[in-house]
Amino acid sequence: MQPLSVTAYTLVNALGHGVSASLDALRGARSGLRPWQSESDPVATWYGLVDGLEAATLTGPLSRYDCRNNRLARLALQADGFAARVGVARARWGAERIGVFVGTSTSGILTTETAYRSRLGEALPDFHYRETHNVFSAADFVRRELALSGPAQAIATACSSSAKVFAAASRFIAAGVCDAAVVGGVDSLCYSTLYGFNALELVSNAPCRPWDAERNGINLGEAGGFALLEREGGGPLRLLGYGESSDAYHMSTPHPEGEGAYAAMAAALTRAGLAPDDIGYINLHGTATPSNDRAEDRAVTRLFGPDVPCSSTKGWTGHTLGAAGISEAIFTFLALEHGFLPQTLNCRRRDPALSLHVLQAPREVALRHAMSNSFGFGGSNCSLLFGRVQ
Amino acid sequence: MEVYLCAVGIVAPGLVGWAQAAPVLAGARSYHPEPLPRYSPTMLPANERRRTTATIKLALQAAAEAMSSEPVSAPGAVFASSDGDLDIVDRLCSALALPERSVSPTHFHNSVHNAPAGYWSIGSGITAPSTSLSAGDGSFAAGLLEAATLTLAEARPTLLVAYDHPAPAPLDRIRPMSAPFAAALVLTPNRPNGALARLWMALGRSEETTLADGLEQLRRGNPAARALPLLGAIARGEAAGVTLPYLDGTALEVRCEPC
Repeated sequence: MQPLSVTAYTLVNALGHGVSASLDALRGARSGLRPWQSESDPVATWYGLVDGLEAATLTGPLSRYDCRNNRLARLALQADGFAARVGVARARWGAERIGVFVGTSTSGILTTETAYRSRLGEALPDFHYRETHNVFSAADFVRRELALSGPAQAIATACSSSAKVFAAASRFIAAGVCDAAVVGGVDSLCYSTLYGFNALELVSNAPCRPWDAERNGINLGEAGGFALLEREGGGPLRLLGYGESSDAYHMSTPHPEGEGAYAAMAAALTRAGLAPDDIGYINLHGTATPSNDRAEDRAVTRLFGPDVPCSSTKGWTGHTLGAAGISEAIFTFLALEHGFLPQTLNCRRRDPALSLHVLQAPREVALRHAMSNSFGFGGSNCSLLFGRVQ
Repeated sequence: MEVYLCAVGIVAPGLVGWAQAAPVLAGARSYHPEPLPRYSPTMLPANERRRTTATIKLALQAAAEAMSSEPVSAPGAVFASSDGDLDIVDRLCSALALPERSVSPTHFHNSVHNAPAGYWSIGSGITAPSTSLSAGDGSFAAGLLEAATLTLAEARPTLLVAYDHPAPAPLDRIRPMSAPFAAALVLTPNRPNGALARLWMALGRSEETTLADGLEQLRRGNPAARALPLLGAIARGEAAGVTLPYLDGTALEVRCEPC
């Protein structure tokens, strides 16, 4: 594929507002996970909550979009000078030539959950469903907030959502539908996922421990992040390839040998014209459930061998679901730009049944190519391949 | 962008399958909506079939029809739906409003927007990429755009399934929808034998194409039914241009020429 320039990016998560907060926490081994505390919803787990959302009410012309998810989207757009940088792109390409592709898993379902919890009798209180909970809500909000008028869509493929936005945007640009794209993802606190993953017995009661022999499930987290892709532009970062596949196996369990994960990673390499040896770092999906890590371990080992430098960063942020793809794409940008490979936080004793030598201490090394994996329910897999030009 | 259309599936009241729907959409027969029969996705093993919802069954029925009439090998897939599965939203939110907060694991895994895509891949055994998206009321146009770019970029056939299903009470008042609707199209990058039409498409700002009477009510009453003007042009078998509503006054302009 024709490489695309990544000319700006922004991230808000449990580590703080802006990418420098994430980089500092990665370097300092400071996790954003905290014990989940709620008298009305007592679930024993840890959560990666974003500070400041309660007070970040959306006012002004887009006040109908006010919900926790869109508040998080706005905070992310405002961080890192991102909205201003999109303004420069808008002047260059035209508002109608910039697409918006936003991944989300649950959108603003919290608004509907709250309406059900507060209803008296059968009827629900009025609320702005279309602007808050509908799957398209965040993409619609971002398009309006940034004054863009090109193509837009929400991609909702569970935990691969905001990785697949890079693939969709790349195809739209290749087909000439647009020249640039704001891609990203937003997912925020809701009880559907907290109790849903709990019902599937996939939630850990302690900080999650990817690749550890004693790993026992995920922690949830919130995140909003965006990147600006342009047909051509400055800066060192490039999207070089993407690969997608379907497991065709099970709704909530990955293929045990990681067949779909393997196919996605191999397709990303093929599209970029690169070989496994060219990849200097892989940010793993690494959710810390026994079966997910095992399947990914099989797939990565088969394609890259056990010694490829790789880590899961879920121990910092929790699993941010529909925002995991963009979160970890941005961690991959940080690795490429700063030559800093984070360790797998909380992995104290690597599972002897797994093969990958995931990083257990950070490493400083100059990188040219790095990959980020995202795999979701429904067997939806996406791998992204980024590079740094001199 | 230019792609070929080689198969159609449709499921809506009074439009059950392309053979029944085509003469109605072409104007040769009048439109009489009737309640849909109950569908069972026979492509799935029994244990998976039992877990499917009315929304998933609706999407899979249209997909299966399009794939049976003109099978292509291992297409990529795009599932487009404005609202996903509102029955599941109701069940989850109702459960979360009770003190015990007891969420069914099956309802939870069915709550992902890509649940129909997941079941489709399990039932068909197809491991090709698939995408599940929403663009609100513009979801059909968005799905067609995504499917066309996927067809061209991957140089492989793509199955597009657009579907939306009305919500149960009390959500139906918050998000009204008049009837269930699903349509499926199989697109290819090159002209295959038996192609139905060649489609050119581009974003524009023309007025959306409308229909008359009951079909117009259906078109307006369900985001996926915004496909009807395009399906009508295909059914008439004449070269025609249709404008499908997209986002905020923008539209997808489609030129349809029979093969």
